[in-house]
Amino acid sequence: MTKYRVNKTKHVDQTKTVSFDFDGKSYHGFEGDTLASALLSNGVHLVGRSFKYHRPRGIMSCGSEEPNAICQINEDTDLTEPNVRATEIELYEGLKASSQNCWPSVNFDIGGINNFISSFIPAGFYYKTFMWPKSFWKKIYEPLIRWSAGLGKSPTKPDPELYDHKHVHCDVLIIGGGISGIIASKIAAKNNFKTILIEDKNILGGSTIFQKNENYKINDKYSGEWIYEEIAELKKLDNITIKTRTSLAAYHSYNYLLAKENISDHLPLDKRNGGIRQRLWKIRADKVIVATGAIERPLVFNNNDRPGIMLSNSVKKYLDFYGVSCGLNNVIFTNNDSAYETAVSLKEKGISVEIIDIRKKSNSKIVKNAEQLGVKIYWNSTVVNTFGLRKINSIEIMNLSEDGSNVVGDKNRINCDCLAISGGWTPMVHMHTQSGGKLDFREIDQTFIPNEIDKNHINVGSCNGDFELEEIINNTNKKVKNFLKVSETEFDNTSVLNSKELDKRNIWLLPNYISEGKCKSFIDFQNDSTAKDIKLALREGFKSIEHVKRYTTTGMATDQGKLSNMHALGIIADTAGVKMGTLGTTTFRPPFTPLTFGSIVGRSVGNFFDITRKTSIHEWHIQNDAKFENVGQWKRPWYYPINEEGLHDAVQRESKAARDSAGILDASTLGKIDIQGTDASEFLNRVYTNAWSKLGIGKCRYGLMLNEDGMVYDDGVTTRLGENHYLMTTTTGGAANVLSKLEDYLQTEWPELDVYLTSVTDHYSTASICGPNSKKILTKIFPDKDFSDDAFPHMSYQNGKIDEINCRIMRISFTGELSYEINIESKFGKSLWEKCIEAGKEFKITPYGTETMHLLRAEKGFIIVGQDTDGTMTPIDLQMDWIVSKKKYDFIGKRSLYRSDTIREDRKQLVGLLTDDPNEILEEGAQIVSDMSKKPVEMIGHVTSSYFSPNLNKSIALAVVKSGKKLNGQKLIVPMENKNINVTVSESVFLDKENKRINA
Amino acid sequence: MFLINCPYCGERDQSEFSCGGEAHIVRPKQPTELSDDQWAEYLFMRKNIKGVQFERWNHAHGCRKWFNMVRDTSNDKIHAVYKMGEKPPVE
Repeated sequence: MTKYRVNKTKHVDQTKTVSFDFDGKSYHGFEGDTLASALLSNGVHLVGRSFKYHRPRGIMSCGSEEPNAICQINEDTDLTEPNVRATEIELYEGLKASSQNCWPSVNFDIGGINNFISSFIPAGFYYKTFMWPKSFWKKIYEPLIRWSAGLGKSPTKPDPELYDHKHVHCDVLIIGGGISGIIASKIAAKNNFKTILIEDKNILGGSTIFQKNENYKINDKYSGEWIYEEIAELKKLDNITIKTRTSLAAYHSYNYLLAKENISDHLPLDKRNGGIRQRLWKIRADKVIVATGAIERPLVFNNNDRPGIMLSNSVKKYLDFYGVSCGLNNVIFTNNDSAYETAVSLKEKGISVEIIDIRKKSNSKIVKNAEQLGVKIYWNSTVVNTFGLRKINSIEIMNLSEDGSNVVGDKNRINCDCLAISGGWTPMVHMHTQSGGKLDFREIDQTFIPNEIDKNHINVGSCNGDFELEEIINNTNKKVKNFLKVSETEFDNTSVLNSKELDKRNIWLLPNYISEGKCKSFIDFQNDSTAKDIKLALREGFKSIEHVKRYTTTGMATDQGKLSNMHALGIIADTAGVKMGTLGTTTFRPPFTPLTFGSIVGRSVGNFFDITRKTSIHEWHIQNDAKFENVGQWKRPWYYPINEEGLHDAVQRESKAARDSAGILDASTLGKIDIQGTDASEFLNRVYTNAWSKLGIGKCRYGLMLNEDGMVYDDGVTTRLGENHYLMTTTTGGAANVLSKLEDYLQTEWPELDVYLTSVTDHYSTASICGPNSKKILTKIFPDKDFSDDAFPHMSYQNGKIDEINCRIMRISFTGELSYEINIESKFGKSLWEKCIEAGKEFKITPYGTETMHLLRAEKGFIIVGQDTDGTMTPIDLQMDWIVSKKKYDFIGKRSLYRSDTIREDRKQLVGLLTDDPNEILEEGAQIVSDMSKKPVEMIGHVTSSYFSPNLNKSIALAVVKSGKKLNGQKLIVPMENKNINVTVSESVFLDKENKRINA
Repeated sequence: MFLINCPYCGERDQSEFSCGGEAHIVRPKQPTELSDDQWAEYLFMRKNIKGVQFERWNHAHGCRKWFNMVRDTSNDKIHAVYKMGEKPPVE
């Protein structure tokens, strides 16, 4: 046992030794220790360097509020994790941890030079310095800032661990397993509420569990013993789930909460067995009881950041919970009674302690208790300086003036190896405010406390501003009874004995004989902002707390200002001469403590990141070496390379084959909507720009759909299957949105229409066969059918049968070739496809992918919605006036087609582009200009589609150009990085302008 | 994350729904007879109130029905939900 392990407790098993490494050195702790308590038991206080000035820093607290002791865990592996609080990580065999933000080591850190030049790097230093000269930014400032920025190292390999999500509902959720949380849980569970209690530590009982003081008794027992028994009883109840090691991350509206459960972080690496590491609980609770407690405030004085300066209650927890004395020669510096409990506890174990109290006097029971034990108390005094490079060794104190604004008298030096500070308590109102709750300011102890208006959650215990034991028990009982409508509880007649605090004195920034400019009085320890920085920000004109926060970076570190925000507010209020309550607070945002990315994404990684949709023919595509393209969630064959072919060669070959003989495309991904009802024709009239009433049964028609603003939204061919029955096709990517949009109109604008929409995209597979030999292939597949132009003309459909399986044959074309599409139930899709390939063999039928499809349609000047349009193109802009009905009274978007903006003649319009050099292929997205001489050069459009056409043996492109309609035949320029490409505006149809091939 | 009481399905998580903006904007029956300004008023102008607002919502990952909601945008309190075509509740 080390000399600092002075006490045996039931929470740390001193028979079970655990060895661990810190900064490459081996140490021992015990089972039940945290990394922090184990380090302290070895006398290690110095655990890191501060962010900006690289000052030596030690462990300060014992919980999630820890600003200094943040470590890198498991260095140099894929499991490495930065910014882990040593106060929270449970010790396990083989734990390897190291300090952050120091180089080469925590004891000797080069960056420490920043401490000596600190007067040159005040608040806003970065904003002020890196503005000039401008040329320095890229080469000097940015690399330098990047090198010094950030804390810790990210893992460089993928996270091998499993994370999980769990959705739960409950009647009552209690956040926090301290004394008020235990009381609330017992009342809820005993009254038949389905209850969940979550606690971020591994043991319930909060700070009551280690209380053993004569002045704090419940039903004549020490409060620590009393709660121990209560917890034992609670665990026996049926309808409660108790989750320890589970911290609340976020409290959203309607009582929707996220909590992170640590499942294996406390186990040695070899015992984790590849199980789940963390689980994110997504909880919807009917009622929420917040019992998150309070955080002790530090005090702000000169050099208040040395290793060995710790929060007083944490010193007590290390002593009474872990059995570790943080120092052997302690001084407590306080403004309130709670620190006296620490003093009494130390003194009772025979450890040296003295008290410096800024109050003038106090006669409360606990103060008397300390005095009786012989603890020396310096009243009306303050610490003005501290000494000790890597650990505190002495302090200097002085008396305070009557009003506390100054120091008087002589300096008095006191030796110590631990300074326990206590500036009072801050209720943890994070959860209350995250849920949308407001705060009230309580003047007497300068705290923000919850102002409850929401009926579905309450705050109990010290997070509600109840700090005295008697208040906590009685108010919690009363509030929970009221909240859950319970008439009596076991806590109704609890007798509580506690020492009451009688005197208060709060000074946000303690005075000093040293001038303010020379004092380093830290407020935010992790981000190194001092009282001086706050005052500088105020002098420079920052008034809002949100602005001061960002300018000085106070409260913006990984601890999110849990210790610093109140002091920043207090000092702003004092300096500006306003009341603190009027300043408001900065916004408390989730997460309360940092979450791992793993816990956020859960199982949605790798193949589960997004849904992958595959057609029924997918396996064939894979077997035939297709390269795939993602279209929405669909995997579509992009091209089918033969041997070592690249994209270009494959597409040239496929395109040529489709026009010379036969090609086949898997068109199953196109959206398909089955439309039925007596008003189906009228419905189509309203949603498409062209007329539909006269379309005969068995006929197909191309339709263009607009948004109400007149811009092209989607297109596709719709087939009339029967009197009141249509099959609409949409673009692959637009299918879901089109269905939603149509449903919206049907349900909200035209509920009188008798129309029913059903998505059948996944129900049918489609093989599209095109080319001059397609008719012969179809005849082979359907030998009984007459495919003559008279019997089966273009833009018509017929039913067919393959081996008794029904299918639909549409003679429609997206390539300009003679072309048929066969729709069949998806389960037969692959055999249909194989049949087509077999039948087409003698014609060298060539499977082609999306790239060839795009090329073929571009040769014909057919648009692709989303490629040649971008939500700003009307049908008129696309030179598709022919499809806009003049006769129809109304359709979606009609009125917008003659708004003053849509009839402008200088809108961007779709044109064809031919490069002067026929072998030059334009880049899609390239800008188009007409005049290079006038600077700045005006960009009048851009290329939307561009290909080399093997059928025309030249490069072709589609583009949108201002007033394009008028520019036919004109020369334009496409400027690229290293050259200007000369182009000529052409019609957008490049091949077969007479549409002869469709009936070839 | 709201808990939304779909008038057809009951209480469901917000993630099942999508919001369709301001409610009770009726598509004009005779759009061709409107001036540009009147049409623009229908097409573009939305109130975006801080406070009680009438909204359209769709149970997109559920029954796919559209319905209306009265929501206070300043505190996300949902005061009422009602079916399309029903009159908004009088406060």
